[in-house]
Amino acid sequence: MQLKKTLGITLLFFAVCILTTSLSENFLSSYNLENLLRRTALFGIISIGVAFVIVTGGIDLSVGSVVCLSGCGLPWLLTTQGWSLPSALMAVALVSAGIGLLHGLLITRLGIQPFVVTLCGLMMYRGIARGFTGDQTVGFGDGFKGLRSLATGRIELPFIDDFALPAPCVFLLVIALLAAFFLNRTIYGRYLLALGRSEEAARYSGINTGCMTVLAYIICSCLAGLGGVLFVLDVNIAQPSDCGNFYELYAIAAAVLGGCSLRGGVSTIFGVIIGAALMQTLRNMITLTSRHQHMEFAIIGAVLLAGVVADELMKRRNIRRRAVRALREESTPA
Amino acid sequence: MDISAPLLEARNLVKTFPGVRALKGVSLTLHRGEVLAVIGENGGGKSTLMKSLAGVQPADSGEILIDGRPAEVASVPDALARGIALIHQELNLADNLDIAANLFLGREKSRFGTIDKPAQYRAARPLLEAVGLDADPAALVSTLCIGQQQQVEIAKALSLNARIIIMDEPTSSLTTRESEKLFKVIRDLRSKGVGIVYISHRLVEVMDLADRVTVLRDGANAGNLEKSEISHEAMVRFMVGRDVSRFYPQKSGKLGDPVLEADDLRSPAHPQHGLNFTIRAGEIVGLSGLVGSGRTEMMQTLFGITPATGGRLRISGNSLVPQTPMEAINVGIALVPEDRKKQGVVLEMAVSENLSLASLRRDQNAALINRRAENDLCSEMIGKLRIKTPGGKQPAQFLSGGNQQKVVLGKWLAMRPRVLLLDEPTRGIDIGAKQEIYQLMEQLAADGVAILFVSSEMEELLGMADRVLVMHEGRMAGELAGIGLSEESVMHLATGGCHSTSKSTCN
Repeated sequence: MQLKKTLGITLLFFAVCILTTSLSENFLSSYNLENLLRRTALFGIISIGVAFVIVTGGIDLSVGSVVCLSGCGLPWLLTTQGWSLPSALMAVALVSAGIGLLHGLLITRLGIQPFVVTLCGLMMYRGIARGFTGDQTVGFGDGFKGLRSLATGRIELPFIDDFALPAPCVFLLVIALLAAFFLNRTIYGRYLLALGRSEEAARYSGINTGCMTVLAYIICSCLAGLGGVLFVLDVNIAQPSDCGNFYELYAIAAAVLGGCSLRGGVSTIFGVIIGAALMQTLRNMITLTSRHQHMEFAIIGAVLLAGVVADELMKRRNIRRRAVRALREESTPA
Repeated sequence: MDISAPLLEARNLVKTFPGVRALKGVSLTLHRGEVLAVIGENGGGKSTLMKSLAGVQPADSGEILIDGRPAEVASVPDALARGIALIHQELNLADNLDIAANLFLGREKSRFGTIDKPAQYRAARPLLEAVGLDADPAALVSTLCIGQQQQVEIAKALSLNARIIIMDEPTSSLTTRESEKLFKVIRDLRSKGVGIVYISHRLVEVMDLADRVTVLRDGANAGNLEKSEISHEAMVRFMVGRDVSRFYPQKSGKLGDPVLEADDLRSPAHPQHGLNFTIRAGEIVGLSGLVGSGRTEMMQTLFGITPATGGRLRISGNSLVPQTPMEAINVGIALVPEDRKKQGVVLEMAVSENLSLASLRRDQNAALINRRAENDLCSEMIGKLRIKTPGGKQPAQFLSGGNQQKVVLGKWLAMRPRVLLLDEPTRGIDIGAKQEIYQLMEQLAADGVAILFVSSEMEELLGMADRVLVMHEGRMAGELAGIGLSEESVMHLATGGCHSTSKSTCN
């Protein structure tokens, strides 16, 4: 069932991989693959966060700015302000969770549309980051090698010589397993899926829908915060005006490609990861062939649109088929 | 034009929705200057038939003839071009615009590309006069009461030169006075040769107004009555298709202790009226009243959706005014809500997931879903309630209305409620499932559950309830039982009349 839902996107992903291989011999080089995996893992983490919000029928446009806030905030606290590592990490985590809590409360208590709340967030958090850094690039310089290995580290695999697994993949794997377990095996995951499909029916079944919605936004912002930290650890420097720009769109696109309906409800974590991988592979393909750099967004947009249209057509066909079958069964006595 | 041919003739209309065959070959004939009443139980196919005739949801097959000639009615503009106008149960007016703007919506009178308001106002006046609406065409629709808004709708139909006007339950939210005004308009239109299809389940109105009656049952023609044949008994016989007294299960009659006691309970919708009533274990109490009388609001207050603003509530002797549905559920209250598809089931979720939605919290250890318990519950309820589904994994949206409602009931049966609230439990479901739901209600009552149900169907109310509470404009207008309980006495209270033997005072 889960596999069937993500079959289309998985096939598309492989098709893009094969196409890229044929266009550039560098694609399958271990250096490129490691980079691609690292990017996929980083984007996968923030995409899973966004998927939680989309499951509830909401949207979070502030993800890229939260990435910026935590990505600039951590080096700024550590190097400029001289905070200790544990307190700086704690501060970043608390701010990220606080942002999600704020979004959730504004949306559920005051009834403001998620789009509006998180649009304001999109502007505010980057602005704040540019403010406290004085719009100057922040980074770790030569320090914090141990910490940075969380993102830059490579895990040697047995029997494979020149390829190592980038460390962020481990983060992604753990988060994905936890997220899938939460959504499919716990009652709270079930509540999230139910309220995403029908908030009212969930409320009439005694589910505290407000509380669950807030939880989804907190998860989203926390994963965005974690993503920001990993991004900055990976590249070592962060420029407040640029860090995390448009990442919310990559994350939303990955979640949608992965089968999340913006009307809420459906989700498979595996699909979201494949979605993120597809986006990064497309970018990689464009970089490698390097003839159409400036066409990046056009190509990604077109692929996203094609994927969504194909998905909708498939869904319609399924519904029609099922309806006909249901009717046939109804008219014959049980 | 063939004058002898009927104005409108529908032959063998069939309309299918996912999971339901709403029309199974329905025919009707309407002549000029005639009021044809179309009646039938909810779910009988009346509204679907009207939507097919007006092009809102064209029929899958069948023929529509106007003046004896085949006419294609594939869309609303088609229908309007052929002189067919539908006046919906829910009015379709833009209430932020004035009356004239609504009348000419989509075909504004313009000068140099701008709307010519004076011309619209001039053109609106005779139309409003024709429907007996004494209002300024420049008045905002939001300032009109429901009855007046309906008159605007009719005026709009007239402005389109409609020769066939279909009215879907036009009096469902009108007061008696407003209804009488409407009847006068309808008689005027009739005398001008307009054909009117009048859908209602208020049989008293039908006897008063109709020249002929067509009865639908289960999406098919159940019978036709000429003027001389129209009587209450004849209509009910066709509608129900069997003897009414045997349609509803026998009552057991044993009543236990009070389970639900409301004392001066105030719902946020009508905080000025405190509600008082008691329901005993094993009792089935009906709640009647016109649309907007506060019935649904009271149910939602009892269930904690819109928490009470004042008063006391006792459940099995314990005082508690639920502030959330969860609190209500915890003390044993369950609500089968009015809007099944929005509030009752999660359409895209599987039957099994819908059935377990309320009981997950209680049944599962820690936060994990126990798949086996969920499946057991599912097969138990599918068997017990005879839910027709290919399996527990089927999404609820592919079930028929009656089976969806059984899923909602199953969800609450799993919670073993002490108080079962049902808001229009049989709206839009077929007659077989209806009877099963009635039997289930009786059986639950026999097991000691206190049941309160809202119904707009008089037959159902009188057939099922031991006692009927009647609401009018947010207050409890009275309580009827035994010999004092009749269609007339309920309607009398529901429309604001006083009842000499009612317990509540009327002031």
